[in-house]
Amino acid sequence: MKSVVKQEVLALNGDEAVAYAAKQSDVDVVAAYPITPQTIIVEKFSEYVANGEVETEFVCTESEHTALTACLAASVTGARAFTASASAGLALMHEILFVTSGCRAPVVMAIANRALSAPINIHADHSDSIAERDSGWIQIYAENTQEVYDTIIQAFRIAENQNVLLPVIVGLDGFTLSHTLENVSVLPDDAVKEFVGTRQLPSVLTHEGKTAPFKLDPENPMSMGPLALPNYYFEFKRQQEEAMKNALTVIQQVNGEYAEMTSRSYGNGLLESYCLEDAEIAAVCLGSTAGTMKAVVDELRAEGVKAGLLRIRSFRPLPVKEITKALEKVKAVAVMDRSLSFGGNGGAIYHEVRHVLYDGRVHPYVVNYIYGLGGRDTSPSQLRRIYEDLQKILKVQRVENPIQYLELRE
Amino acid sequence: MTIREKGWKEIAPAGVCSKPSTEFLTGDWKTYQPVRDTAKCTRCLLCVLFCPDGAIHWKPEKADIEFDFNFCKGCGICANECPTKAIEMKLE
Repeated sequence: MKSVVKQEVLALNGDEAVAYAAKQSDVDVVAAYPITPQTIIVEKFSEYVANGEVETEFVCTESEHTALTACLAASVTGARAFTASASAGLALMHEILFVTSGCRAPVVMAIANRALSAPINIHADHSDSIAERDSGWIQIYAENTQEVYDTIIQAFRIAENQNVLLPVIVGLDGFTLSHTLENVSVLPDDAVKEFVGTRQLPSVLTHEGKTAPFKLDPENPMSMGPLALPNYYFEFKRQQEEAMKNALTVIQQVNGEYAEMTSRSYGNGLLESYCLEDAEIAAVCLGSTAGTMKAVVDELRAEGVKAGLLRIRSFRPLPVKEITKALEKVKAVAVMDRSLSFGGNGGAIYHEVRHVLYDGRVHPYVVNYIYGLGGRDTSPSQLRRIYEDLQKILKVQRVENPIQYLELRE
Repeated sequence: MTIREKGWKEIAPAGVCSKPSTEFLTGDWKTYQPVRDTAKCTRCLLCVLFCPDGAIHWKPEKADIEFDFNFCKGCGICANECPTKAIEMKLE
């Protein structure tokens, strides 16, 4: 077992933590376009480039569509590529998100989660990345700035694993994390460089009948993703699904290895259970809200209420078995969605958690809370009411209204 | 000839091609076929230049052009560009 590496504490906001982690991760190409609340990432990284602190090729593009295209192009030549975006920027990348995952290009992208227009709003919610859940990208959501830093470093290892080869989105809540200064323990440069390593490429059989590293290289020509007709397209998509399954294991391994180096672990990497062992009522959420939720759970526990929290860290791939196990003893569950699936009878996290619970041995009461859209502040007292609602549900043994809008004015 | 199509576990990722594009015959997509009137044709070779698929070849040994129907998709650009209207698109 490795010994814990000595670390330095820096005051960083979430965006700076992303840039710092990317700087240390030996990235070859960064192509990005600034958008609030991700701007600081791009600005900060540009500074590193201007100061000669990195050898990264920085590409200023005219749009996010191009930014991701440039990262994809760099990635398929075997380079390590990184970008960042949010909201409308991520929406503009939509087409290329699928091309990136389909080309099995392990690009890492930080998303400073922000609402989508209209009406225009620059504040936090998860509408941007949740809307891209089926684009074939791994999605990991961080709870605090420390985790943002740690997850960016981990993301390169996860994405580039030869059994995975999928791009990764690391979500950090806009402003709540992106712009809020926290103490962050950072590793020395060489420790990160060693942890992420250099990209290893699997071998593939080319059209010339040669076995060559999986990259675009004039020495060993190959074509990636040019055309697959109905007789082969489906098979390529099935491979991506297998890669997602493999990622479930790899995310846990990387979390474990990282914990050995830093003494920081985020649950098992896929999800984090908080006071769930004997919990009767529990909430499920993503991102920074979990921090506030934990304080509320502590408060309730001090009062003797058996409350717990499940934070889903990896939303894609969804850790189905682990969610089932984590909630198997809970009697009433509140699933928190910071985005809305219009006309879909609740939010995406609710759909998926409820879907997972269907195969469980016992079926708890499940209620959905849509909250915090467009950066609406979610206070501990509001979150406490969710647990009080769950207590009422257990008392009457019935869910009156499964879809709730937290602190919405009538 | 029936070729056994490979399963998802057997193929390279990301649609990496197992064969060069010259082995993927795409000429069966067409509905219309170019038919040339050799009397009208002046061998100006504009059709060779305009063909988006490189499916019209200049054969110096014959001092003539040749359509490659393994790749011609019947788009009709050759007929449209021909200055002497020597090419007609006929329904296959």
